[in-house]
This record gives sequence, structure tokens and C-alpha cells, in this order.
Amino acid sequence: MDALNATDDISQVVILLEANPYFWGGRSNGAHSTGPANFTFDRFLEHVLLFINSLHLLNQANRIVVIATGATSCAYLYDSNAAELSENARTARVSKKLSVVEKITQKLEDFMSKEAVYDLNQGTEDNRYSLLSGSLSMALCYIQRILRGPSPHPLPRILCLQGTPDAPPQYIAVMNAIFSAQRSLVPIDACIVGNHHSAFLQQATHITGGIYMKPPAPEGLFEYLSMVFATDLYSRKFLQLPRASGVDFRASCFCHKKSIDMGFVCSVCLSIFCKGQRTCTTCNAIFAPSKQPNPAAAAAQKRKVS
Amino acid sequence: MGPEEDGTNPMDEDGDGDAEEQGRDMEAWEKAYAEDRSWEALTEDASGLLLAVDVTQQQRQHRRRFAASKGPRIQRGIIRYVFVVCDFSRAAAEADFKPSRMGAVANCVEAFVREFFDQNPLSHLGLITIRNGVARRLTDLSGSPEAHIRALRANLECSGDASIQNAIDLARGYLSSIPSYGHREVVILYSALSTCDPGDIMDSIAECKKANIRCSVVGLSAEIYICKTLCDKTGGVYSVAISESHLKELVLEHAPPPPAVAESAVASLVRMGFPQRGAEGTVALCACHREVKLGGGYTCPRCKARVCELPTECHICGLTLVSSPHLARSYHHLFPVPGFEEVSVQLQSMGKFDVLRLCYGCQQELPTAGSKAIAGVRLECPRCKQHFCFDCDVYIHESLHNCPGCESLVK
Ligand SMILES: [Zn+2]
Ligand SMILES: [Zn+2]
Ligand SMILES: [Zn+2]
Ligand SMILES: [Zn+2]
Ligand SMILES: [Zn+2]
Ligand SMILES: [Zn+2]
Ligand SMILES: [Zn+2]
Repeated sequence: MDALNATDDISQVVILLEANPYFWGGRSNGAHSTGPANFTFDRFLEHVLLFINSLHLLNQANRIVVIATGATSCAYLYDSNAAELSENARTARVSKKLSVVEKITQKLEDFMSKEAVYDLNQGTEDNRYSLLSGSLSMALCYIQRILRGPSPHPLPRILCLQGTPDAPPQYIAVMNAIFSAQRSLVPIDACIVGNHHSAFLQQATHITGGIYMKPPAPEGLFEYLSMVFATDLYSRKFLQLPRASGVDFRASCFCHKKSIDMGFVCSVCLSIFCKGQRTCTTCNAIFAPSKQPNPAAAAAQKRKVS
Repeated sequence: MGPEEDGTNPMDEDGDGDAEEQGRDMEAWEKAYAEDRSWEALTEDASGLLLAVDVTQQQRQHRRRFAASKGPRIQRGIIRYVFVVCDFSRAAAEADFKPSRMGAVANCVEAFVREFFDQNPLSHLGLITIRNGVARRLTDLSGSPEAHIRALRANLECSGDASIQNAIDLARGYLSSIPSYGHREVVILYSALSTCDPGDIMDSIAECKKANIRCSVVGLSAEIYICKTLCDKTGGVYSVAISESHLKELVLEHAPPPPAVAESAVASLVRMGFPQRGAEGTVALCACHREVKLGGGYTCPRCKARVCELPTECHICGLTLVSSPHLARSYHHLFPVPGFEEVSVQLQSMGKFDVLRLCYGCQQELPTAGSKAIAGVRLECPRCKQHFCFDCDVYIHESLHNCPGCESLVK
């Protein structure tokens, strides 16, 4: 990568905001929430808006985009580039900051109400998942636009604020997005606000060189966001940031979309299955009945039998 | 960037970076022009004046070219077992290749090893050298690119005669014990003009054919009859390099799985484990080196033994352990994004697309029938019916392999 240059500490941050009504239990009744206790969506949003303002304060040139990750759709909520264009250049900074909050809350209100309606109509079990693959793909398209734009461009990165558990059906799409981010040298950061670790995001941060963290106390979310995730890519080289607490490399089987740590792989197309079978449902290959390929395993089995 | 098990090649694994490869011996400034060829887009009117470039037409052309370049789906997951044989006889000391034939071979093999594992994540590779008429196995068939490169770099000297028979006999010995689903290959980088064999090489060639071992040779001097025979009989490819860059090109041609093989290979279902990576900074005893190691490392999901590198076989229970992202790199070939269709101006003028002012992917403004401000095409995904700009279309189909619209719908 190019060494020191003028844009080293100017960031293009794309924030993927967890906006799954099922997870937050709606804004009115927290009783059905699957999210963390004592941490409502309003509180969460408060922390995130503070964080967005502090990113603007850290460097006036920083650009921020917010995309909502819902259960049934994804949507752009805020784009600081577009905001700058539409507003007159010399309006007071205070009013601009205020408008950021207003803009996001307004859009989010619309988004959540649409989500909620959808939720009522065709509420399924799958609503406990959010469409991470969708918002990640949108974020990457946006970042490509920045990278195509006039040089020097700000350094892009993605921050996922995820609460819902990983959706195994999204496995391939999420992996595709991770590899594309890796090729464009875009780090994916992840801050987990739910109760579950995310194997997808552990892999994403590991492969793209981002930071993964699951704050032990979500009430202090802003602290974690500003201490860890606000640091630009250049400064990260000089800081002791939280180190990965391991990576869960589980894959999803193609047959049941279940997370597995052991399975059967088709030697032709590399599809993963949780159970042995005669033919590959992906590439239609017919499997030769093969004995255990390696002698060590055979030996181990023999030992068990005797 | 993550460590090498995730593949360090920033390019797409299926040669989306070909343009770069071919441009290798051009200067940077030449390359910029050669790739761009912007002058070709210029058109003149009858009086010889330059006309403005038609963006829409250009974009349509690019889309047509891309659609045409997408051939039939290639099966990528063939599990190959390949021995690379380096001829380090005295002929390799000659300096017609820079820095010497040996140096050129070493550079090519290094590039080949990395490319090979990028394209064949589950395959195995081993190195054999020929020196003083004797073939010696430098590295065992394994999945770790760095180990091969290290061993090769530590063994760079050349002397004596070359022997093809000794090399293929040695390789056949090791290849005969691999599992039946594996595809066996030998790739020989041959500098000498003769072979000094202990017996009848024709017998060895026949044995290779019987064992289904595909032998290919890349020569560095001139075409040799026995190499041609070897390749012809075993179904391999024989080629002779005329320069360093040509040599590299010929060697790298062996990195993707041979197309004919994709059909003939016996498919099988292989049991595999996807180990967890341990936390940085933890101390654990590894099963492979029997040493105490700090940080990283992977845990076998079946027996919980610790191993240092992937892919490998668990040293305790024998389970094949792979990094699941390594498998996932090829999945977009199995489930490609459908091609987007251009939205005609007629439909646009019917006012149907008022809402879709912005590209669903990047929020860029899309061209409309009325305005001349934004040139280019407007594209629609046939599945989710969202509209995209030309740039997103290119990115989605050539790198991302996801449609953002389809991914934002519940399946
Ligand atoms: Zn299954
Ligand atoms: Zn298959
Ligand atoms: Zn590809
Ligand atoms: Zn070890
Ligand atoms: Zn094991
Ligand atoms: Zn676009
Ligand atoms: Zn679509």
C-alpha cells in the first residue's frame, strides 16, 4: 500500500446498523425482545448517533454512510456526501449536526415501520435473522463508487453493528462479500451487540484485517465504539487494539443450511453436506463408494474396535 | 490482511487478473495505455473532426464482451496430487535464461506453487529434484505452499546428468498410494537435452499410463523426442519455453485443473473438519510438531488436537482439516448472479421508474430517458427487479458475485 499521504486519516466509514424489529422487540414493547437486557433500540441508536457525530468531529473530512440491516429489507439511512451536496456550504455546523440525527431518525422511523408491517403479515421463523449479506453487498457497491471516484479518495472501511445470530442460508453470499472486500483491501470491523458471537463476522474480520469485538457491557457501547472503532486505518498500526479471541470457522451445509464443524465435501464442486449421500445435489456427480482414504483414520478405527 | 491460509492473492482466483499477467514486461506507463487503448474509442466524422465518445455504446460493448467471455461452467474442485520435478543437472547452470536456468526455474516454481494452491484449495503438491542422475524427493505431498518454497530455496545447486526415468519412477512410487478420487500428475521442468536412465524408460512410461499419472514437460532447451513421447502417452502437455516470461506462462498454465480431467475424475465425498482458530496469545501444545506454540493454531473438531497449519490431516485422528473460507472461494462459480438486463428507454419514458432514481447498489444517480446529464445504461436484475448502474453491474458480476437487491429479500 502507498505510504504516508494526505488522505491517510480521512475515512469513509460505512456503518451497517442492526435494525431487526424482531431482535429489538419493537420500540414499544421490549418484552419480546431477543436482544440484550436493559438495552433498548433507542439506547442503542443514541450511542450510534453520538459515535457518528464524533467521527465527524475527529476529522471534518470523514465521510459516513449508514445502512440499515433489517429482517426483510435493507436501506440506506444516511450519506454524509449527499448531505453536503444538498446543504448550503456555509450553514452553521451546529445545525448540520442536528440534521444528521434528525435525518437518520426520520429515515429509520420509516424503515422500522415498514419492517414491522411486513413482520406482522408474514412473520416467519427466519425473522430472527437479519439480512447481513444484503447490507454488506450494498456497502461494498458504495465503496467501489468511492474508489472509482477522484483520487485521493478517503480510506474505506465497514463497521457491522450486529445483534442477531448468523443466518446460515446467507453463508455463501456473506463469504462472497468478504472475499470481494479482501480483494479491494476494505477491512470489515464488527461490534456485536447481541448475545451470540458471530462466526461470519469473526471470519470477515480475520480475512479482511478488521477488528472484532463483543463488548461485555452493551450499556457502554459508545465507549467501545469511540475507543476502538473510531480509529482510522493509519493510526491502527500504532495502537494496541483488542486481539481476536479466536475464529469460528464453521461452514453451513448446503442441504439443511445448518452450521457444522465437520461434514462431507464433494470432491468435484466442494459443496458441503452434513450427511453422507450417493450423489451431489449441486453438481450431480455420482460418488464412488470409497474406503476411508487415509491409513491413520483406518488405524484409529481399528483401535477403537479391538 | 489475514494469514496465508485465506489465500494472499488479491486477484480473483479464476484469472480475473489476466491482463496484469500479460502486461508483465511492459513499463508501467506503456501498460496504462495498452490496457486503456482510449484512442480506439475515438471516432471521426466525415470532415475528420473528432466526435464525442458515446458512453452508452461503450458500456454495451463491455457487457457484450463479458457475456461472451463467460464460457461453460468449469468444475474447480478437482483434488489433484502433483509432483513438480526440477531438473537441476549441469544443464541448469546455463545462463541463457536469466539469472540462470536454475534461477528461472526456481522463480517459476515459486509462482506456480502459490497459484496452484489458490486455484486448487484441496490439492496436494510435492517437489522432486534431479541432480547427478539421481531423483530426490525434496518435499512430501502436502498442502502448505510456504514449506515447498522454503525447501526449494534451500536446495539451489546443480551438477551431473539428468534422468527422466528416475524422476517419474520416484513420483509414481509416491502417487500410487493416494486416494482413488485424487488426480495424479507430474510436471517436469527440464533443462537437459538428454536423459541418462538406468533401464528402459518406455517401461516406466507404460507404468505411468497404467497408474493414470498425467505427465507434462516444460522444456528449457529444445524439443526432445522422449519428452514428447512421455507427454503423448500419458495425456500430458509438452511445451518448450523461449524466454523467462514464456517459461512462467507455460508453467502457470498447469495451475488450473486440466479441463479434460474435470469430466473423467471420479467424484467422491470426502469427510472433512473445519477447525476453529485459537485465540491470539494462548499457549498450546501442537500435535504436528509436538512443541509448545504461542497463539493461532487450529483445533480438530473431532479429537480436539491442536495443529499449526491448514490444510492438513489431523495427526491424532486422521480427519482431513481444511479452512472453510478456502472452500468458499469457489462457490460463486456454483451459484452465479443472473445477468442483468438493460432497461429500454421506452419503458423509462412511461414514467414507471420514478421511484428508482438511484442505483440500488451505490446510490449513484441513474440515467433517465429525459435527461442528458447522466449518460450510460440502466440495468435491472431479473430476480429482484432492482435497478443498477453500469459500474455496479460490472462489480457485481466480476468481483462481488452477490446481487445486493436479491440479498436484501427474505428467501
Ligand atoms: Zn445438511
Ligand atoms: Zn458436487
Ligand atoms: Zn471468480
Ligand atoms: Zn505444529
Ligand atoms: Zn483429530
Ligand atoms: Zn451503482
Ligand atoms: Zn437481484
